[in-house]
Amino acid sequence: MADLSVNICGIESPNPFWLASAPPTNTGDQIARAFDAGWGGAVWKTLGDPVENVYSRYSAVDLNGQKMMGFSNIELITDRSLAVNLVEIEAVKKRHPENVVIVSLMVESNPEAWDEIITQVEQAGADGIELNFGCPHGMSERGMGSAVGQVPEYTCDITRWAKASATVPVFVKLTPNITDITVAARAAKSGGADAVSLINTINSITGVDLDSFIPRPVVGNKSSHGGYSGPAVKPIALNMVAAIAADPVTEGLPISGIGGIATWQDVAEFILLGSTTVQVCTAVMHHGYRIVEGMAEGLSNYLDSKGMASVNELRGRAVAKVTDWQSLDINYIVKAEIDQDKCIHCGLCYVACLDGAHQAIGAERTQDDKTRVWIIDDLCVGCNLCSLICPVQGCIEMVERELGQTHMTWNEYLSDDKPGELHPRPKHGITIGEA
Amino acid sequence: MHQTAVTTAANAGGLAPAPTMTPDEALVEAHRCLMCWDAPCTRACPTTIDVPGFIKQIAYDDLIGSARTILESNILGASCARVCPTEVLCAGACVLNDLHERPIDIGRLQAYGTDGVVFGDIDLFKPSEPTGHSIAVVGAGPAGLACGAELARLGHDVVLYDANEEPGGLNTYGVASYKMDMATSLREVDFVRRLGVEIRQSTAVGSDVAMDDLLVDHAAIFLGVGLGPVPPLGLDGEGLDGVADALEFIADVRAGGVDLAGQRVAVIGGGNTAIDAVTQAARLGAERVYLVYRRGRDEMKAYPHDIERALTSGVEFIHWSAPVRIEGSGSVAALVCERTAYSGGGNGVRELAAVPESEYKLPVTMVMRATGQEKRRGFLDALDGVATDAGGRVIVDENFRTGNPRIWAGGDCVNGGREVVNAVAHGKAAALDIDRMLRSDDAARE
Ligand SMILES: Cc1cc2nc3c(=O)[nH]c(=O)nc-3n(C[C@H](O)[C@H](O)[C@H](O)COP(=O)(O)OP(=O)(O)OC[C@H]3O[C@@H](n4cnc5c(N)ncnc54)[C@H](O)[C@@H]3O)c2cc1C
Ligand SMILES: Cc1cc2nc3c(=O)[nH]c(=O)nc-3n(C[C@H](O)[C@H](O)[C@H](O)COP(=O)(O)O)c2cc1C
Ligand code: SF4
Repeated sequence: MADLSVNICGIESPNPFWLASAPPTNTGDQIARAFDAGWGGAVWKTLGDPVENVYSRYSAVDLNGQKMMGFSNIELITDRSLAVNLVEIEAVKKRHPENVVIVSLMVESNPEAWDEIITQVEQAGADGIELNFGCPHGMSERGMGSAVGQVPEYTCDITRWAKASATVPVFVKLTPNITDITVAARAAKSGGADAVSLINTINSITGVDLDSFIPRPVVGNKSSHGGYSGPAVKPIALNMVAAIAADPVTEGLPISGIGGIATWQDVAEFILLGSTTVQVCTAVMHHGYRIVEGMAEGLSNYLDSKGMASVNELRGRAVAKVTDWQSLDINYIVKAEIDQDKCIHCGLCYVACLDGAHQAIGAERTQDDKTRVWIIDDLCVGCNLCSLICPVQGCIEMVERELGQTHMTWNEYLSDDKPGELHPRPKHGITIGEA
Repeated sequence: MHQTAVTTAANAGGLAPAPTMTPDEALVEAHRCLMCWDAPCTRACPTTIDVPGFIKQIAYDDLIGSARTILESNILGASCARVCPTEVLCAGACVLNDLHERPIDIGRLQAYGTDGVVFGDIDLFKPSEPTGHSIAVVGAGPAGLACGAELARLGHDVVLYDANEEPGGLNTYGVASYKMDMATSLREVDFVRRLGVEIRQSTAVGSDVAMDDLLVDHAAIFLGVGLGPVPPLGLDGEGLDGVADALEFIADVRAGGVDLAGQRVAVIGGGNTAIDAVTQAARLGAERVYLVYRRGRDEMKAYPHDIERALTSGVEFIHWSAPVRIEGSGSVAALVCERTAYSGGGNGVRELAAVPESEYKLPVTMVMRATGQEKRRGFLDALDGVATDAGGRVIVDENFRTGNPRIWAGGDCVNGGREVVNAVAHGKAAALDIDRMLRSDDAARE
């Protein structure tokens, strides 16, 4: 059994699995139950001046009959009084001293307000605080949440105020609703942040009711843009985590990775790209706290299979493998190969390559009335498309070709002393313009 | 209420057709479809429905579109969805079989994709400009309905004549109840009526109206008369109470009210009618149900999936047995059979022969014959220019024209008895040819 415990900016956590600040961390009772189920930590639902929510507040995007590929909410921060939350924080920490309680905070932009609330949650026993600069709806209209996160100066200033008051580590939760996440992370770091958490939700409209013309979620006869989360946002989150991990300015800044995490594989990917802990919301809203069991078991089995004694050995291992396009080997050649024994004759690769790629797959009707397909090797550019859409596992493989070519990047290709020749590319012939 | 946890084979299943899909079920199933290029399911469909096309429309919740895609190819798409042997047609060709996965449930998706229009009140098809031609269709079974529907859509006046009390042919009286009930067939006929065809029920052509009169009143005639009853086997005791044509039995079951409690039933034959009769008898609670067939399992004409259903319904198969006589006083008490076997006849041809002194008695109370429907020779032979082959099937060309230039034919009376979908394909093709011919005649006259 690999060791799953981690240390993030001085906070010991029994495992990297935390609940994100959201409905699953609304109350002390819930968080205590989550800790019983195996979650290592929880980020308390954002505290501040309690709000009133609208009733109808969630909507979802289903994909091909599967529910909740993406999830959107227009919920605000906590609607419970600070006093009640403080009592519960204390009670939870008393019952679960080994588990991590981070308290998410959002108050108006003045140092006194931040100082007051930070002092109170620290007294209640919070192991850390998280500054919610990410909420993209409602709170941002009141000058908070992403209204702060989108302006690097505000992010830096408020982080500095918080750091001045706090004795426990300060996490800054970043909004993805910006152009370059590294700018936001740098601002947090320059304000003294001990760690960053990302991503918060993405501005979104999940759909429109085609009868009433009201977007979802429907609130009376109107809607409002929401914050998008769930499996659909994971690739965006991974990219942002990787960018911060690779940025020399923020190097070493601990990351709590968030966005679409539901399985142990998701967790491993976030850790490989530089996260120390991960946070989960939508998957728990969908399936409950018990999903952590599969995450813990799966991650541990995976680490064992890799011969790693600790999850820490995994961290950041994929960061250096993300590079600029210009540093890729443009002479790395792969070509598609079809395993005819596995082919089920659906013809999907044929039409995909024909209409959507490079017309490099042939097709014919066989005598027993099946569609036979084959790769026209000379025309295949190795784009991967056919292997991605093929419904049969292992039927279309991309196979590397050693054709005597030399490794060469785009930059090298442009330079005066090229290491070798550009391997010739398959080119489309001219047909439509021919006389 | 406490139920005993015993499911006897006999009560498994019942006669209710499969429930229609819920929207969620249809969505998930539709999204399983790979949407093959040059899809084998479409190629396997005798009416070449664009299966991936309509499934995609279901997936994107366009049920008007799916109905149009299906019905444009096959106007009886709603009944075909229920009665087609999809296992050997579209679903049998599904590439997922090669993946060792369950093929797409095309039948039930097709029902989902048509029911809203066929059984609802959306009029998808507007009739064309009236042509002023009137066409008679003899037989309101699937072939006649498809032909009539197509002609009506093309702007012709259409009158369907049918001898039965209710229209629909074997869709109404013959197919197994667990595939489609009578009411559903009749509702589909109503849909065809809404397209503008007139149906004259209980009107047998040849007796109630004369063929010659039809030739006077109508510009063209389509024959979709199907096949006749199962003729007697010529056995001693065939007149006893409890002996029946399996088709009559099935028609009675479909009308409702058949009670087989305590009955021991033997059905003679190995084809689709036999298999449907035994399965329905078993599901109606008969005490024992035997299928008596003179050859082995491999040679049965019934489909493997239907055989499977019969077996799981509790039917006992008796192979290599042929009926000799029926015993009883007044009503059936036993079916006497003898064993059969292939004898290696000369010149390599195997011949089926009775095994000497192999008679045995099967104690049964009902005997049904399902040994093949007879052709409507009497009716057909009386028609000028309409020729039949040695098997009694109407001879037509590729456009379903008979030897009489004003008479077309299709369906079971042409192919000797296949599926509803084949009858639909014939009816439609004949309609298009009739339309072509009438229009070119019109053009020539102008
Ligand atoms: C027991 C049984 C079960 C079957 N199950 C299936 C199944 O599950 N799936 C499937 O696809 N196929 C099934 N079939 C086959 C299918 O029913 C036929 O292929 C199809 O009905 C043929 O259509 P048709 O229009 O040619 O003939 P029919 O359906 O037989 O219709 C012929 C019509 O013509 C009328 N008629 C005949 N003579 C005259 C006359 N002189 N004047 C007026 N009207 C006349 C008859 O009353 C009848 O209504 C089954 C057949 C049988 C016997
Ligand atoms: C209903 C809902 C409410 C949320 N409320 C908060 C919040 O109060 N504070 C906060 O920092 N993030 C909030 N979030 C964002 C989540 O913490 C998380 O960053 C985001 O949902 C992405 O993670 P996921 O894909 O695992 O859900 C909320 C998310 C949802 C779905
Ligand atoms: S890899 Fe791309 S170009 Fe090559 S056959 Fe597949 S789809 Fe076509």
